[in-house]
Amino acid sequence: MSKEWPLWEIFIRGQHGMSHRHVGSLHAPDEEMAIKNARDVYTRRNEGVSIWVVEAKHISASSPEEKGPLYEPSNSKVYRHPTFFDIPEDVGHM
Amino acid sequence: MQDQDALFQFLLRMGDNTLVLGHRVSEWCGVSPVLEEDIALANTALDMIGQTQFWLGLAGEVEGKGRTADDLAFLRDVWDFRNVLLVELPNGDFGQTLMRQFLFDAWASIMLGHLMTSTDKRVADIAEKASKEVAYHVERSAGTVVGLGDGTPESHAKMQAALDLLYPYVGELFESDDVDAAMVSAGIAPDPASLRDAYDALIERVLTEATLTVPASKFTHKGGRTGYMHTEHLGHMLTQMQWLQRAYPGATW
Repeated sequence: MSKEWPLWEIFIRGQHGMSHRHVGSLHAPDEEMAIKNARDVYTRRNEGVSIWVVEAKHISASSPEEKGPLYEPSNSKVYRHPTFFDIPEDVGHM
Repeated sequence: MQDQDALFQFLLRMGDNTLVLGHRVSEWCGVSPVLEEDIALANTALDMIGQTQFWLGLAGEVEGKGRTADDLAFLRDVWDFRNVLLVELPNGDFGQTLMRQFLFDAWASIMLGHLMTSTDKRVADIAEKASKEVAYHVERSAGTVVGLGDGTPESHAKMQAALDLLYPYVGELFESDDVDAAMVSAGIAPDPASLRDAYDALIERVLTEATLTVPASKFTHKGGRTGYMHTEHLGHMLTQMQWLQRAYPGATW
């Protein structure tokens, strides 16, 4: 058995209405302690209103070697960005 | 005893508890077993030092001799401290530190709950602010006590040893004297003895979950909160805590 606590990825929501954002990782023996540790490590300057913790092993990641097939086909397709619309000024920032 | 004298003594007791324990806990800064606990303990220590500023600040105001919280913290010697003996004991191992923290946090959470209804608004305001911090402290220390108590055979044995060592210091938190009687009659603070049942219920629940056995004897070491006699450990701690102001009087940042 490993003597190290498992690694947890920490996501914090800064304000109501915003999405949770990855802020870093830490070690903890279980999910409750992971939340407590995240509170102490990442929110002591009033950064958050909500904490998610996910054990790192449960995150599946894309492989950097596959970046060609994954991302390059969209390089030449600028029309996929919705930048060809005129937005009235009084709409403000979208 | 004059009411203001009694209030001053009461405030010293509150402030010295958080000052001495806050300093003790800060001794873990940089040397805790894991980074996360290091930060958590430093946060707890800072919370307690913050509470100390309020309690001793008000104490200085009530005393009326122009002493600040800093004066009271750094320029008194051992015999003038009014903290319970529990908080001045050396940290021991990590488990012992967390056991002491839990035994103190449990008391503080109950005490502050009562002080929030104090007739002295200044006391009630400090209690309200501190109680939010202490609610988290007791959740965290209780969780760690359960985790380690109900952990491996080694961690269980260490936590039981810590409880056996520290429990004979718990009773001092519930001693009552004429300072307390004056606080009760003025409606400023509850009789410490009246908090014992709630305290026993709280720690019993947590320590049972932690598979630990509370010692049967209610014998208690005491003398800190009355100033009758401290352990030899407090003086050594003060040589660390106070050395800068002693060596360089009036030094500021």
